[in-house]
Amino acid sequence: MSIETGSPRLATPLAGSRATVWQRPWAAAVTVLLQGAVLALILFYLVLPTLVILPISLGSADHIEFPPRQLTLHWYRQYLSDPDWMAATWFSLKIALATSLAATVIGTLAAIALTRGDLPGKQALQALSLGPMVVPHVVFGVALYLIFAPLRLTGNFVGFLVAHTVLAVPYVLITVTAALQRFDFTLELAALSCGASRTRSFLFIVLPNISPSVAVAAVFAFLSSFDEATVAFFISDTGGKTISRKMFEDIDFNLTPVIAAVSTLLAALSLLLMAAIRTTTRQH
Amino acid sequence: MADVTNRPNEQNFRRPGGSVSRYSPALSLALVAPLMLLMSVGFLYPIGSLIKLSLFTPALDLTSYRKIIEQPIYLSVMARTFRIALFVTITSFMLGYPVALAMASLKRRLAAAAAAAVFIALWSPVLVRSYAWIVLLQRNGVANNVMTELGLIEAPLKLIYNEGAVIIAMTHVLLPFMVLPIFAALRSIPQEYVCAARSLGAGASTAFLRVTLPLSLPGVFAGCVMCFILALGFYITPALVGGPRTLIVATLIGQQATVLLDWPFAAALSTVLLITTLIMVLVFRKAFSRSKGFASVD
Repeated sequence: MSIETGSPRLATPLAGSRATVWQRPWAAAVTVLLQGAVLALILFYLVLPTLVILPISLGSADHIEFPPRQLTLHWYRQYLSDPDWMAATWFSLKIALATSLAATVIGTLAAIALTRGDLPGKQALQALSLGPMVVPHVVFGVALYLIFAPLRLTGNFVGFLVAHTVLAVPYVLITVTAALQRFDFTLELAALSCGASRTRSFLFIVLPNISPSVAVAAVFAFLSSFDEATVAFFISDTGGKTISRKMFEDIDFNLTPVIAAVSTLLAALSLLLMAAIRTTTRQH
Repeated sequence: MADVTNRPNEQNFRRPGGSVSRYSPALSLALVAPLMLLMSVGFLYPIGSLIKLSLFTPALDLTSYRKIIEQPIYLSVMARTFRIALFVTITSFMLGYPVALAMASLKRRLAAAAAAAVFIALWSPVLVRSYAWIVLLQRNGVANNVMTELGLIEAPLKLIYNEGAVIIAMTHVLLPFMVLPIFAALRSIPQEYVCAARSLGAGASTAFLRVTLPLSLPGVFAGCVMCFILALGFYITPALVGGPRTLIVATLIGQQATVLLDWPFAAALSTVLLITTLIMVLVFRKAFSRSKGFASVD
């Protein structure tokens, strides 16, 4: 969805009533001021949790101290030198990269078949593949644990890859399907009628046109895996845990400012990638 | 997802022997095969096994379901889950509507600031935000520190590990899902309608109440249903902020599965949660079959 902020065009109590302004100017001014204050408070509530973790992560005390008396990068250094945190980070990174690749390939191929193909039961398949967006993650996590535990797939790269790819595929399907619906397929027809094969016309005509959306889908898939916490909570074990599972455990057992440092890095990564996606998609 | 077969420019290429521009069933099947394999192995099979476990041990056995209904403690967990989901939906609406309105109607820079706040919240990982609420609300946390320094309170208040904390943190997580559909609905209202109302003598508040608000109701409905569904199945935030005394269905499932190891019971609770969610989604889709529904949010 594109957010383009517009001029004041909707009727809104935020603007106050012109008739009232003329009759009782200060009353209208007070109303506008009050409405502005309420809005500012709601916006403050929205950004507060994201903004509060940065100063906490920079504080020197070993408990939560706000505002911090002395600034230090000690907790970031601690994060980088802790083998447990590093193992969890690499594990998450590996899973997220593999998930992104798998979900993008599987989702893109399916999106092409679902928009362009003659396929029986298309509607049912579409509904099914959006299922992971609807099923509560706790239910999916418990279900996977039930299957994975006897197969020794908990804390396992392959287990995570399957779980996170299932969760990421709907995002890829939605993004790429939207791109394919915008694409003018007479271009592909032109290539075919000029003698190009199906594969050639796909690789050189269709793919370059939808590739920005495929790239966006890949980033979505990466982030959905890297930030995923509920399913990861259930299918991790002591041998293999993601960064989110490690965070979850540490929040429960020892609430050190290292978690604030990790949180700040995670939030920064998500915000930067999503903002990058937004700026690039907006130019199209 | 619109059905592309109805596009007129495509009809021109359809010939008796099939269309050149469409992929054959065999090729299409090959393209969706990896997805079908993934969904059956990684999604349908685990969920199916979970439902089966709730019903058969190994003969048909409904003890687990009976336990949910017969033991008052589990009924109270169910009631709390619905109560929290309802509260979160209502607070999200009350806080979300003004934000959506600001994004749709204020001047460029102010609207951009409102949108930025919504996206900063939406894009921050849920686990990070839940952690931040612990930092803010705990006994020696930011809120208590600031209030003590300002002399507002003498002893730290108990702000966390209760229903209030869960509602505050969950509303924060779900608020963007309320704001975005309402914003989409507000933006689709033609400017002329409001101008017409104003030129016919309606004041700003009358025009808002009788034109803008009613026309934005599909967005409000979409946002509310989405918030309610997500709130029903939420795990991370209530698990961290709610503490052991504020169990809801999702955290009860987690507790039964990982601590008490009562698998059939965890499976039965999961099935109930799953079916409730699916019914709500189907009703929602039915109500929205002619409009864009979910698509307006992505």
